[in-house]
Amino acid sequence: MTATATTADGHRRTSPILDIDAVLDDPGTRIVVCCGSGGVGKTTTAAALGLRAAERGRRVVVLTVDPARRLAQSMGLTELDNTPRVVTGVEGPGELHAMMLDMKRTFDEIIEAHADPERARQILTNPFYQSLSSSFSGTQEYMAMEKLGQLRRSDEWDLIIVDTPPSRSALDFLDAPERLGRFLDGRLIRILMAPAKAGGRSAFKLLNAGFGLVAGAMTKILGAQFLKDIQTFVAALDAVFGGFRQRAEQTYRLLQAPGTAFLVVAAPERDAMREASYFVERLAEERMPLAGLVVNRVHRSPAPALSAARSTAAAEDLEARGEHDLTAAVLRLHAGRMQLAAREHREQEHFASAHPTVPIAEVLAMPEDVHDLVGLREIGELLAS
Amino acid sequence: MTGKGGTGKTTVAAALALALAAGGRKVLLVEVEGRQGIAQVFDTPPLPYEERKIAVAPDGGDVYALAIDPEEAMLEYVEMFYGMRRAGKALNKIGLVDFATTIAPGLRDVLVTGKTSEAVRRRDKSGRRAYDAVVMDAPPTGRITRFLNVTAEVAGLARIGPVKNHADLVRGVVASPETAVHFVTLLEEMPVQETLDGVESLREAKLPVGGVFINMVRPELLPAAVLEAAAEGGFDPGELALGLKAAGLADGGGGVPSIAGALAAEVKEHALRTVLEQRERRSLAEAGTPRYELPLLPEGADLAGLYELAEAMRAQGAA
Ligand SMILES: Nc1ncnc2c1ncn2[C@@H]1O[C@H](COP(=O)(O)OP(=O)(O)OP(=O)(O)O)[C@@H](O)[C@H]1O
Ligand SMILES: Nc1ncnc2c1ncn2[C@@H]1O[C@H](COP(=O)(O)OP(=O)(O)OP(=O)(O)O)[C@@H](O)[C@H]1O
Ligand SMILES: [Mg+2]
Ligand SMILES: [Mg+2]
Repeated sequence: MTATATTADGHRRTSPILDIDAVLDDPGTRIVVCCGSGGVGKTTTAAALGLRAAERGRRVVVLTVDPARRLAQSMGLTELDNTPRVVTGVEGPGELHAMMLDMKRTFDEIIEAHADPERARQILTNPFYQSLSSSFSGTQEYMAMEKLGQLRRSDEWDLIIVDTPPSRSALDFLDAPERLGRFLDGRLIRILMAPAKAGGRSAFKLLNAGFGLVAGAMTKILGAQFLKDIQTFVAALDAVFGGFRQRAEQTYRLLQAPGTAFLVVAAPERDAMREASYFVERLAEERMPLAGLVVNRVHRSPAPALSAARSTAAAEDLEARGEHDLTAAVLRLHAGRMQLAAREHREQEHFASAHPTVPIAEVLAMPEDVHDLVGLREIGELLAS
Repeated sequence: MTGKGGTGKTTVAAALALALAAGGRKVLLVEVEGRQGIAQVFDTPPLPYEERKIAVAPDGGDVYALAIDPEEAMLEYVEMFYGMRRAGKALNKIGLVDFATTIAPGLRDVLVTGKTSEAVRRRDKSGRRAYDAVVMDAPPTGRITRFLNVTAEVAGLARIGPVKNHADLVRGVVASPETAVHFVTLLEEMPVQETLDGVESLREAKLPVGGVFINMVRPELLPAAVLEAAAEGGFDPGELALGLKAAGLADGGGGVPSIAGALAAEVKEHALRTVLEQRERRSLAEAGTPRYELPLLPEGADLAGLYELAEAMRAQGAA
């Protein structure tokens, strides 16, 4: 499906148009992942798609991460209880459920599921665990994936829409779980684990003289208590560790399955479009199915026929004559808007020429923030038009 | 300098460093997230872990830059306090440094803020401060309190011992009246909310809140009364039509009335956005901090743009 779209300012592009409704209506679509760089509109898009899919008849759950407060409230997400809640106000045959990711709680639940109660308690109260579960830079991404896996396994919904954590780079969503896994599997962990495995003897006795030096240094720099906490933590974690890896790998495979559709969200700005490009390439490498690109917050002018140059010239003329101040100001405003639209269009062209087969949907910038179902519905319509 | 991701922390931190350097002073600009944001903003090759002159303020004055790498900071710390370079290297080899800097963010933060505090306290041979000011391009709002609240952060990890002592020293600098934590925001709902939450959490942690830099502010072309009316749908295209005719824009398409109508719709959209921005401005005012406004640079924040932002800061008394 290659259509030629003509944008408001008369430029033509030949990217295919993203048919959102076809993606949402296809019963084969089980997971839609909205990703993109920070602040581009991932959460808004995910929520809007969820609402639209539900109003078109599907039984949907939206997993949001850090939604804006008012948006969360409008969806009835007032508690962070880590389970989906039905959203009221949906107009149509389907059902919409929504939840906010609680990463610490999700992490706790994995530990509880994989360790006996005593060991779980040891881990949950360890200061390292607390630090890891609430602020390791990849924990949120990892837990978003974990939660997605849980929702999918429960098979309660026929469509799961996932929002991804705010991060600078869209790639973090794919890389962070791997990073956490690699880290937990790392060399240091194994060294620290040695005492547990050798029946309580100090790890460092097992090692050569070089490590003797290390042991001394570690104790001196970090303090003996600190080291002991690390060791307790690592030993306890070892018990549940196999589970971690396995789960992450399962979810990763889920993302490669044909029932998954990735939507890359970007703002029509250089940095965001560049990130979108990287992400599209990466998805291809990972053989993860891309549905298309959503260019969000696009500016257009209701008066595209009046060019920026002509508008500016007319404003200068009026200003020079000292007449019609208001008209001159409106003409300047319009010129600015036309320039912005042209700049945004160039960024989009750039992407389109590098990735000519990627379907694109454009969503206009609303004058106000999107914070209720009415706003979400409107975004959904724009996405589909 | 903190703020929601993408609001302009790095840009505004760089501009503040320039503004503070004006008049022959010496300023250090520090980044802590290993992203080489400073190099990007100044359009230079990646910075090493070393203080380097990166820019000159318009009327003399130097800006130095330093990209703090937590691993390097750890090695330096080990060497400085214990004279154990070799042990440090060995620790690095088995991944302890990596471990400490990933699993224990509190420890990583103490190393980074520790390095910065050292630059703040450093004196030259004559006993003068090495830098007149140090500006940090800090982590985003969501992490800032944890990041700066080093003693609390390491308390769980190291109750006693050298890490704790170091943290206490750093706390002394961070919480001193010589420090100010500034926020960068846009006039949009989420960054404003994050700013207000951030200010509150810093205050709770007894950390010194500075000012709020409202970034990317568009120049207002239309009078307030016109905007207010337009937001309510009360913009009268009649006068506009006359003006358009006077400007010779009567030709083409549907003629003056249709252009006037379309432009009126544009004015309304703009007015709605402005109303929203005013609302966000009022929310920011509730934080009770000084506020500064920085213009949206039409060409993006290039080097010339940084000087322009620095000038705007000086004009408003931010530096
Ligand atoms: N098309 C649009 N028009 C106007 N405002 C929009 C639009 N899309 C999103 N917004 C607003 O932009 C802000 C950021 O959107 P959102 O929270 O969806 O972004 P995000 O990509 O999830 O951000 P983060 O990376 O911080 O999670 C919100 O205040 C939202 O209301
Ligand atoms: N006043 C301004 N006018 C125009 N563009 C600006 C302005 N300030 C910043 N920018 C641009 O906005 C983008 C984001 O700025 P910057 O990188 O400084 O943000 P940041 O908060 O440091 O982002 P991150 O959270 O990714 O570190 C950059 O492209 C920058 O050039
Ligand atoms: Mg979000
Ligand atoms: Mg930055």
